[in-house]
Amino acid sequence: MRITCPNCGDRDRREFYYTGAATFLDRPAPDAGGAAWDDYLHNRDNPAGVTRDLWYHETGCAAWLVVTRNTLTHEVLKTELAADVKGQRNAG
Amino acid sequence: MRFSGLRVLKEGLTGNKGWAPHWRDASPKDAYDVVIIGGGGHGLATAYYLAKNHGITNIAVLEKGYLGGGNIGRNTTIVRANYMLPGNAEFYSHSLKLWEGLEEELNYNVMMSQRGQIVLFHSDGQRDALARKGNAMRNQGDDAEMLDREGVRKHLPYLDFDNARFPVYGGILQRRAGTARHDAVAWGFARGASDRGVDLVQNCEVTGIDIENGVATGVQTTRGAIRAKKVAMIVAGRSSQVAAMAGMRLPIESHVLQAFVSEGLKPVINHVVSFGMEHFYISQSDKGGLVFGGHLDMYASYAARGNLPGVEHVMEAGMALMPMIGKAKMLRSWGGIMDMSPDGSPIIDKTPTQGLYLNCGWNYGGFKAVPASGWATAHLVATDTPHDTAARFRLDRFRTGQGLMDEEATGAQHNLH
Repeated sequence: MRITCPNCGDRDRREFYYTGAATFLDRPAPDAGGAAWDDYLHNRDNPAGVTRDLWYHETGCAAWLVVTRNTLTHEVLKTELAADVKGQRNAG
Repeated sequence: MRFSGLRVLKEGLTGNKGWAPHWRDASPKDAYDVVIIGGGGHGLATAYYLAKNHGITNIAVLEKGYLGGGNIGRNTTIVRANYMLPGNAEFYSHSLKLWEGLEEELNYNVMMSQRGQIVLFHSDGQRDALARKGNAMRNQGDDAEMLDREGVRKHLPYLDFDNARFPVYGGILQRRAGTARHDAVAWGFARGASDRGVDLVQNCEVTGIDIENGVATGVQTTRGAIRAKKVAMIVAGRSSQVAAMAGMRLPIESHVLQAFVSEGLKPVINHVVSFGMEHFYISQSDKGGLVFGGHLDMYASYAARGNLPGVEHVMEAGMALMPMIGKAKMLRSWGGIMDMSPDGSPIIDKTPTQGLYLNCGWNYGGFKAVPASGWATAHLVATDTPHDTAARFRLDRFRTGQGLMDEEATGAQHNLH
């Protein structure tokens, strides 16, 4: 599997550290309550198919990426900088 | 149909023409007392113990593919009871006891081989940690022996004891641990359940779970609707998809775990051996192949195959521990879909829907759990109360933070186990 880093280009999977579903960017408010925090920390859609997850370009540019990929085929469909994804959301 | 020495002799002399299919390939009826979703090891064992222990035989096991075609048919066959924490310790202890009587129980040769497992340590700190674990195992009533370096050498003379980075300091030996024939376990439970009246239905995918006023009433399948008083979801790597049909979002991420087998060799590795410094473990099958594996590829996957970095990592670890295997040719590799829970321990529990039960979160250790998992799940489904050995496998432990079973002490968080 290879992942195209927006900064560094097409790179080997070994350079990246996987950190789980991209919903980790959707942090609840501190006072959102136990159920919201439980859902955020533990529960996952865990799709068999297209998913979005976070990868850290550990031995490259050290950027956090949101990778859209297919869990059934390992095909990587899209990569974005997590900072951009989060920035767009905050701007919107 | 039962096996006996006399029968095997007779069939051998008469061309093996008298053997009948081991179980009925049933068609689904309209209604059952219990529907079990998933015809793998855990589902079949649950059906067997529901019939055997609780007298409930009006059961269907629904399998979307063929019986035993999932992780029960693609694991590395290791059976052990070397857990430290309350919850896991009593459960796996129970499971190993069931394994020890399984062949007589099922009248089926599951090739249970208590060849012993040695977990190695490579530093003083690891020795302390494993000594503590070994004491926990003994407190639970299971066996564990501390071996020093020379003690290990008597068992495993072929290790690279003076490896520059990972010298072998010693190991913990559990003599009662070993391996079993994975497929035969599925077949044995399938036959035992089928003989007691359980319908084993293959090529029957569940497409919906019927719930009325918070009560499970049946399932929709590719072979029609089936009503049920109780429904148990026992589908390992596909747990999230099946639970979603009941409106649930589970604390599960499905990952790929690779395993490997070499060409057949003469007997050379007599134990199950686990490297202490990296993820690598190995045993030798009765056919002679070296069966070994390592860690997850560490990303969510349903592909049932891994990537080369994972292969490379396992091979490097193996070569660091036992260079003698370097000339063996790898025959094949495969991947299984692991239902990873945040704390690395399983879930056997009721769900918010009445009459709907959940068995999942076996991570990369579901095979050795099969008998006790079936036993405990059957108890839960039959009595609506958890079995003593699985009472801590609660679904709500992540929300409450109480009773987490994080054996590796890495934190009850996804992607750390």
